[in-house]
Amino acid sequence: MKLERKDILGIRDLSVDEINLILDTAESFLEISTREIKKVPTLRGKTVINLFYEASTRTRTSFEIAGKRLSADTINISASTSSVVKGETLIDTALTLESMHPDVIVIRHSASGAPHLLAKTIRASVINAGDGTHEHPTQALLDMMTMKARKGRIAGLKVAIVGDILHSRVARSNIYGLRKMGARVAVAGPATMMPLTMVEMGVEVHHRIEEAVLDADVIMMLRIQTERQHQNIFPTLREYARYFCLNRRHLDLAREDCLVMHPGPINRGVEISPDIADGPASVILEQVANGVAVRMALLYLLTGGKA
Amino acid sequence: METNRVVMDAEGIDRSLTRIAYEILEKNKGATDVALVGIRTGGVFLAQRLQRKIAAIESRDVPLGVLDITLYRDDLDIAKKKPRLEKTDIPFSLDKMKVVLVDDVLFTGRTIRAAMDALIDFGRPRFIQLAVLIDRGHRELPIRADFVGKNLPSSLWEDISVNLVEKNGRDEVVIEAAR
Repeated sequence: MKLERKDILGIRDLSVDEINLILDTAESFLEISTREIKKVPTLRGKTVINLFYEASTRTRTSFEIAGKRLSADTINISASTSSVVKGETLIDTALTLESMHPDVIVIRHSASGAPHLLAKTIRASVINAGDGTHEHPTQALLDMMTMKARKGRIAGLKVAIVGDILHSRVARSNIYGLRKMGARVAVAGPATMMPLTMVEMGVEVHHRIEEAVLDADVIMMLRIQTERQHQNIFPTLREYARYFCLNRRHLDLAREDCLVMHPGPINRGVEISPDIADGPASVILEQVANGVAVRMALLYLLTGGKA
Repeated sequence: METNRVVMDAEGIDRSLTRIAYEILEKNKGATDVALVGIRTGGVFLAQRLQRKIAAIESRDVPLGVLDITLYRDDLDIAKKKPRLEKTDIPFSLDKMKVVLVDDVLFTGRTIRAAMDALIDFGRPRFIQLAVLIDRGHRELPIRADFVGKNLPSSLWEDISVNLVEKNGRDEVVIEAAR
């Protein structure tokens, strides 16, 4: 089994075999981050550019560390300090970067589809690190890796995803991935944050968190994205928290060994109560560790071997 | 050359491993600070067997590690297929250890070069020795084995397979004329 593609743009186009290959490879990469010398020479001489048009700490750092632990030269460009502020278009920026012969460009952009445009324009591999409200494939892969590591499987698990489903690229990528891998997915959120496409994606739709988390093996809480709340889709954060903030009472409805996940950054007291975020069911920090391994796996699988 | 030729049977393999286990203990004056590291996949099974043999002689288990050398290969850019990465597991410190690398076949030496680079990333062993079941020649790097089961001069167009019960159901070493 080999990853026969230039780019990773979304989970939607990945096959089950490809997802399994990525997850297995990522598991083998975990060990490197526990070594005293956290570096292998595999991508020596390769160049990875992180092109971030949106704020990010964990995804950008995670990609940067992944590249560096594989010995690739990793360069970070954030829109606020680049020629983008002078009015350069995405394609012009891409062509400029292309002339410097990078091997992989990791892009985060507020416009859905921006990575696809980039992938069509340049020869380097493109990894989508989150595009608008569309997909965030590496997040879904690390989430699935975390579930598989803790539960031993993905097929047959009940996963509840709670929050702003409409604006969440994390939810969308996870739903594509989890459905392909045979998990049951239930979503819950205010009606104003629930896209109409959920049912055709094979997802159970609820409007009360209590119904979604019932007997769940995994509860995935989504961040309330204040940066995407242009239209007022709920009255106040306090009211949202009253109905959808994950607390002990909700967790008691789920399975006893239920995992609590969150893509971060967390808004304590808004979507998740602090005692749950810091409690024994929470695997939030494990997700971060697995994120580095997943990104190392993708960089490894996408580069070289082209002879 | 149309047929496969068995050059070592189960008893032969077992006797060679018994001798290698004694040689490891002789050369290192016992099992103190000795650690075995098997190279995936064939070397891992041989290292496990050597560990059992050493335990039977010295009544103690020497530490055993598993190494996947994929990330250290020098042909990743030219390989047609990305090799599948498996887990590396060295659950002990290599510092000041007498490390015996174990592999099934010693050929060009490139795998051993990669394995040594990997080991050095894990710490500073006192020294590294090499144990192989088969040495088939054709070295491309200045590398030699300390412990050899059988020297098997071969042609470049022949394939040598070490079959092991743990891997494919039976113990034997076979020379196959390449198709």
